[in-house]
Amino acid sequence: MSIPADLKYTASHEWVKTNADGTVTVGITAHAQDLLGDMVFVENPVVGRNLAAGEECAVVESVKAASDVYAPIAGVVVASNSDVETSPETINQDAYAAWMFTIKPTNSADVAGLMDATAYQALVESEAH
Amino acid sequence: MLKQTPLNAAHRDMGAKMVDFGGWDMPVNYGSQIEEHHQVRNDVGMFDVCHMLVVDVRGDDVRGFLRGLVANNVDKLTVSGKALYSCMLNPEGSVIDDLIIYFMTEDWFRIVVNAGTADKDVAWMQQQAAGRALTITPRRDLAMIAVQGPQARAKVWQAIPGSQAVTELMKPFNAVEFQQYYIARTGYTGEDGFEIMLPVDEADAMWRTLAGLGVKPIGLGARDTLRLEAGMNLYGQDMDETTNPLESGLSWTVDLKSERDFIGKSALQSRDIDLQLVGLLLLDKGVLRAHQVVNTKHGAGEITSGTFSPTLQQSIALARIPLGIAPGSEVTVTVRDKQLKAKVVSYPFARNGHSLI
Repeated sequence: MSIPADLKYTASHEWVKTNADGTVTVGITAHAQDLLGDMVFVENPVVGRNLAAGEECAVVESVKAASDVYAPIAGVVVASNSDVETSPETINQDAYAAWMFTIKPTNSADVAGLMDATAYQALVESEAH
Repeated sequence: MLKQTPLNAAHRDMGAKMVDFGGWDMPVNYGSQIEEHHQVRNDVGMFDVCHMLVVDVRGDDVRGFLRGLVANNVDKLTVSGKALYSCMLNPEGSVIDDLIIYFMTEDWFRIVVNAGTADKDVAWMQQQAAGRALTITPRRDLAMIAVQGPQARAKVWQAIPGSQAVTELMKPFNAVEFQQYYIARTGYTGEDGFEIMLPVDEADAMWRTLAGLGVKPIGLGARDTLRLEAGMNLYGQDMDETTNPLESGLSWTVDLKSERDFIGKSALQSRDIDLQLVGLLLLDKGVLRAHQVVNTKHGAGEITSGTFSPTLQQSIALARIPLGIAPGSEVTVTVRDKQLKAKVVSYPFARNGHSLI
């Protein structure tokens, strides 16, 4: 499963991309979608919602199981991708293109505290055993 | 250490994602579960069901033994090869397992039981057979492969030369011994097809032969969505040792009319039944799952099996709810913090390639 080097990651298998304007975009990793299988339902947080770090804020459901998605850092939701709600299978096709929502961070420095690709790779490998 | 079926190496060769399924190392899918589902509804697929157990019961008056052991009536089995679906109940009328009984000869009936309950089932049968001149033999020397879908029978006829002549006119829920095979026109998908019992050491070659004929391997994931669309109960989810068949949509398998006594009969007759198993069709977006609460005008119920239906492209479920809620009624299901709308429907939801809703 691919783990792009330019993204940050969480232990709960979200990927986090820092945008030019300082906002961060969130999705679930290729590893997460592989564990879940065929996606059939996505529910994103509404724009304007304030999120605490680690708060349950979205849901992805495959045929097999439902899984919560957590806010990687604190902030306010500034965009929500309705395309993945309409076509959940796009997460299976390319998990890093199928973004879910964008947050304006409360503290932009919080992103630095997330895992880098190497650390996330190690986590995925440890969970395989 | 997980138990392995004789097809374990073949699954790995074919790219299966393996999971721990009740202590067995089994394929959950070989890629996309949804594609595998459609493959069976529209064409043909094969399932490793070697984890299920064949039990042969032989001896004097096997029929008399089974008359008392199971809730359906084995006297319906008059022709060799005929199969009967039944529950095996405990004295409280709750379900120890559901199983299929094949009538071989008067001194030999064959029973196929679930994997997770196999040891418990055999112990129970042996206990009930005490004092009878019977042998109860678990047949771990037999493998079982299910080939299902509109093209299933034609593929099996190609894979087993000579099998067409003995199975083409055979009706559903019948089986026949042919060479080293026992070929049953049964399954767990709502599609036509066969379940083939064969010697364990021939299973891998048969699997690969079928694959060579274009029969795609199908994992447990699609097996579950196929059986749920087909409205077939899953032991441990839709019924178990805390529920009885009358509140599990299985009244049709319980023979209370004949004089015959069977284990659990008096308990069923003396009990007030106030619950029913119904189908649910989710009207809102989302996915119904087991154990979600169903709210009706006569009180709460619970989903026993729920999933996304690839054929209907919406979520479906089986749910145990109070009696008196008829098909067509609207109910709500508590999903996380929301109340989602669902419609009560008669099931099956889909069989033979088509939606029935």
